[in-house]
Amino acid sequence: MRGLVSRLVLPLAAVVALVAAGSAGGAQTKTVTFIIAGAADPTYLDPALVSDGESFRVTEQIFEGLVSLKPGSTVVQPGLATKWSSKNGKDWTFTLRHGVKFHDGTAFNAQAVCYNFNRQYNFTGPFQDASATYYWQTVFLGFKHNESADLSPSLYKSCTTRGNYTAIIHLSSRSASFLAAMVISSFSIQSPTALKKYGANQGELRNGTFYPTGTYAFSHPTGTGPFVFKSWTVGEKVELVKNTKYWGKKPQIDRVIIRPIANNTARVQALQTGEINGADLIQPQDVPTIKNNSKLKLLDRPSFNVAYVTINQKNAPFNKLAVRQAIAYGLDRQGVVNSFYAGRAQVAQEFMPPQLFGWTNKVPKYPYNPDKAKSLLRSAGLSLPVPIEFWYPTGVSRPYMPRPDLNFQAFSASLEKSGFKVTAKSAPWRPDYVKNVNQGTAGDINLIGWTGDFGDPDNFVGTFFQSASPQWGFKNQAIFNILTKAEGEVNSKKRVKLYQQANVMIMKFLPGVPYAHSKPALGMQRTVHGYVPSPVGTDPFAGVSIGGQ
Amino acid sequence: MSVVELEAREIQLEAPSGLWSEAWRRLIRNPGAIVGAFFVLCFVAAAIFAPVLAPYGPKDQNLLLIVKGCCPGPSSKHWLGVDLLGRDVYSRILYGARYSLLIGVVSVSIGLSVGLVLGSVAGYLGGFVDSLIMRCMDVMLAIPGLLFAIGIVAMLGPGLRQVMVAVGVVNIPIFARLLRGSVLAQRENDFVLAARSVGVRRPTILFSHILPNAMSPVIVQGTLAMATAIIDVAGLGFLGLGPQDPATPEWGTMLTDVNDYLQTAPFLAIVPGLAIVISVLGFNLIGDGLREALDPKLRGRA
Amino acid sequence: MLRYLVRRLFLLVPILLGVSLLIFFWIRALPGGPAESLLGERATPALVAAYRKRYGLDKPVYQQYVTYLKTTFVDRDLGVSVASRRTVFSEIRQRFPATVELSVAAMIFAVGLGIPLGFVAAKRHGGVFDHLSLVGSLIGISIPIFFLAIILKYIFAVRLAWLPSVGRISVLIDMKHPTNFYVLDAIIERNWSALWDVLKHLILPAIALGSIPLAIVTRITRAAVLDVQNEDYVRTARAKGLAPLTVDRRHVLRNALLPVSTIIGLQTGLLLSGAVLTETVFAYPGMGSWLRDAIFSRDYPVLQGGILFLAFVFVVVNLIVDLSYAIINPRIRYS
Repeated sequence: MRGLVSRLVLPLAAVVALVAAGSAGGAQTKTVTFIIAGAADPTYLDPALVSDGESFRVTEQIFEGLVSLKPGSTVVQPGLATKWSSKNGKDWTFTLRHGVKFHDGTAFNAQAVCYNFNRQYNFTGPFQDASATYYWQTVFLGFKHNESADLSPSLYKSCTTRGNYTAIIHLSSRSASFLAAMVISSFSIQSPTALKKYGANQGELRNGTFYPTGTYAFSHPTGTGPFVFKSWTVGEKVELVKNTKYWGKKPQIDRVIIRPIANNTARVQALQTGEINGADLIQPQDVPTIKNNSKLKLLDRPSFNVAYVTINQKNAPFNKLAVRQAIAYGLDRQGVVNSFYAGRAQVAQEFMPPQLFGWTNKVPKYPYNPDKAKSLLRSAGLSLPVPIEFWYPTGVSRPYMPRPDLNFQAFSASLEKSGFKVTAKSAPWRPDYVKNVNQGTAGDINLIGWTGDFGDPDNFVGTFFQSASPQWGFKNQAIFNILTKAEGEVNSKKRVKLYQQANVMIMKFLPGVPYAHSKPALGMQRTVHGYVPSPVGTDPFAGVSIGGQ
Repeated sequence: MSVVELEAREIQLEAPSGLWSEAWRRLIRNPGAIVGAFFVLCFVAAAIFAPVLAPYGPKDQNLLLIVKGCCPGPSSKHWLGVDLLGRDVYSRILYGARYSLLIGVVSVSIGLSVGLVLGSVAGYLGGFVDSLIMRCMDVMLAIPGLLFAIGIVAMLGPGLRQVMVAVGVVNIPIFARLLRGSVLAQRENDFVLAARSVGVRRPTILFSHILPNAMSPVIVQGTLAMATAIIDVAGLGFLGLGPQDPATPEWGTMLTDVNDYLQTAPFLAIVPGLAIVISVLGFNLIGDGLREALDPKLRGRA
Repeated sequence: MLRYLVRRLFLLVPILLGVSLLIFFWIRALPGGPAESLLGERATPALVAAYRKRYGLDKPVYQQYVTYLKTTFVDRDLGVSVASRRTVFSEIRQRFPATVELSVAAMIFAVGLGIPLGFVAAKRHGGVFDHLSLVGSLIGISIPIFFLAIILKYIFAVRLAWLPSVGRISVLIDMKHPTNFYVLDAIIERNWSALWDVLKHLILPAIALGSIPLAIVTRITRAAVLDVQNEDYVRTARAKGLAPLTVDRRHVLRNALLPVSTIIGLQTGLLLSGAVLTETVFAYPGMGSWLRDAIFSRDYPVLQGGILFLAFVFVVVNLIVDLSYAIINPRIRYS
């Protein structure tokens, strides 16, 4: 009998012992590899056809746009264009960089620029879907031939070239936010040859789902950037290698591996074990873990977001200003920011971050004051407690709202102290919650927020309040007008003034209560140098080096 | 067999006092079952007397206790420390027992009652009805249980009631199969054949003859299902499908934080985990003891 | 036997059709849709409406069901994932092997440890070891699987750093994947360091996932050995003076393994459920975490194709188990 047991148990024990003997460290290689983890696989590696941060994390390394962001800021700097100008806000002339080659060896020139813009302008069928061309539709509104009545006429008119190195983009009306939007990865320049060769524009509707039949975005994305695409194993990694013929400063690392690790804690633990060099989307609760680890360091992503409480004015009595003020005084914003953001956030006073032009300190402020809230409610002729339906999302962590459930619980406790009777309602973030918020069916108040795509106030307050929307349930023509005027203003000084005025008006009217601007965190091994987080989330890896301490 | 004889036999089988009292004797001699009963008793007591035993309310926040984003551990004021909102963990664990008990009882009752009806009807009627019901059960069993439950919650929306329904529905085919099996076994028994031959109506046979005798595996399975129900609910909570109000002191939801706070506040993670393990273990021990006590194969041996 | 097989195969059809109907109507009953989940804060009502139209969700229900059947039986690629824009079948080809590998490793752990444990417990019936194994196995099934997974990972990967914490294979290893079963791939490619790496990645998830089957296998083995030991043929074998070891091996264990083999088949569904949680904790790119994500992101084609595929696997495995049972045990005759 003993023989039998040992025959079964021994091999197993041997395996366990061998495992214990082996170490978890990765294989030694001569090439310098930078391994960074995000939360998910990229969707697709054709930047024109995606809008998610995980895809942009990769495309940002492979592709470049006409303009780019100065690392760590939202200031526009030259990219593939060295200079640009516009006299009337409609015709934008870009002077292009010489001697740049795509990864497939073809030359970058004005024709390539126009090809890329015209490609998106001419999209038809499934490509006109918002899930495919979200940013084109955000910035340029429509296509050459709009196939849906919901699309507006296109802001883009045409693209002309003068010689090989001047491209002029013609818009159908004045736009001041156009240039800032050109930093979005969706407008980066891809190799026309590769796009054609690998069928980037080939796709069909298969049983109602957009199905790309080409191989471009899965295995041949081709740009001018500092890294060249090598391989993509779904669920495991995207691998990029150094572009040895890069026109700018050559990267110091030989290859980049981008891993999807969905679980937040799993990502931090992989950083602790050394399986990855860097991790994005670090949650506040993991901040101490990284701080206390001598091998790791914390990086700040500059704050470029806002978390806020929507107040839906369609529902009485929230159409009364006094009641909205009572809500603002009844939310313990400082308490929430202190407790749940690990010291990485500030209380928001208005609907856009202080780093952005147009922000002003002159807005009315509403510090936590339960007594004032109660007297405001009484002055509005209401008997206490005032019932209020309060929604929050589950199954989600956003950079501006790492723990919605905790924010919610603290807020509802402070509201109950301020004369309200809270009814809790939750919905999973994906997909019911946001729909309810946008359609104005998420209770009287709800938690939501926004992360900016590019450095323009229009991307914040313009998105929220430029026209009536069911989310807020109000019509305030004065606010709509001033925001529309500000968006089209080409004079930058006047523009700043207009947005400041708008912010004061908004905070007096109080359509909702902004409560936090957070500074999202990244974790890195101490040996990683030169990693500069971008406010909009598209961090360049070209400047990264690994070594020393 | 004469009618008199038949009646005599029936009385004997309908009042199986021998069976139950013997089972009871076997049960109380099983140390595992005693320990299990103790755990379950603690659990039920915590649920019933939570308001008396708990020093704080389950939703009483105290943000002032929160230092640097997280939470002080055990102290004389807070025996098991406080959570992220400064709430007393000990009080929340006690109140949490109420929810776990409720969820367990309701979801098992759903699974058991529906499964019981379907299974006994299928087993007793046989033929086409049997095939139809059992193929439906096969379909339900063919989808992995947790995915099935997630799917139901996704459909009904999050909330405690929805979670109970989801876990209950997942249990239906298990009980249905079990019942059908026992009913089939009982159907061919002499006393049933006899009852049928003297013209007793079908439903009467089913309810007064077959079901009572098919119950013992159901009792065992019901106890074990309580255990899995608590675990399943915790799993759903871990995946973010818990009750509507996040302040609800439900153990699974409290455990959701296990992963996030294992390094910074291990107490927060381990306490609700242990509460689940102990109560589940209690039900499993009792279920196990019952199985041994009621197992006819083992009956003669003691 | 053959008639039985044909009948069982024939029965698969209504079951799978039933599953497909169930999934289909369940999906249509889900609130929200893929547009909202893809676009997040940016999903305006107009975009959502356009999306539903584009994806054919405004067509009559029967038409949508026919489309679903068409992708399954005519195109045989199960449609295209909304999230990844790849065919569901190509994703399954990548993820199913991962889950199978994990489940097999978990079963090897459970059987490799459970049979000896159960056997020893039965041989020392009533002793300390017997009681310990019983209590241990009960504790094993009483621990929520994700709780165990997290604790194991924290101790062995994060604290002790003996084993990797995430994924299937170290990302620094470049290897071709002819089968997508990484253990097989490493053997085919004769890449022994990769094989070692893949096995290391399997250990913790397999232990976590295998804990419940381990408890069950231990108990079943113990019970079966106890039963068989008292059978006449075992007594006879002993009486005629066969060495105890030979008796154990030839008679006791062989016969006791029959019920164990059926249990292994019955664990398939349980393993797939557990895989959802285990894969989440270990960022393991398998079917479980993929389908969970698909539910949250309302990726209709993935749900329709993926769950149907799993159901198919499940019923086929059960059929194979039933058949193998008949082959192992000639006393059972199916008609």
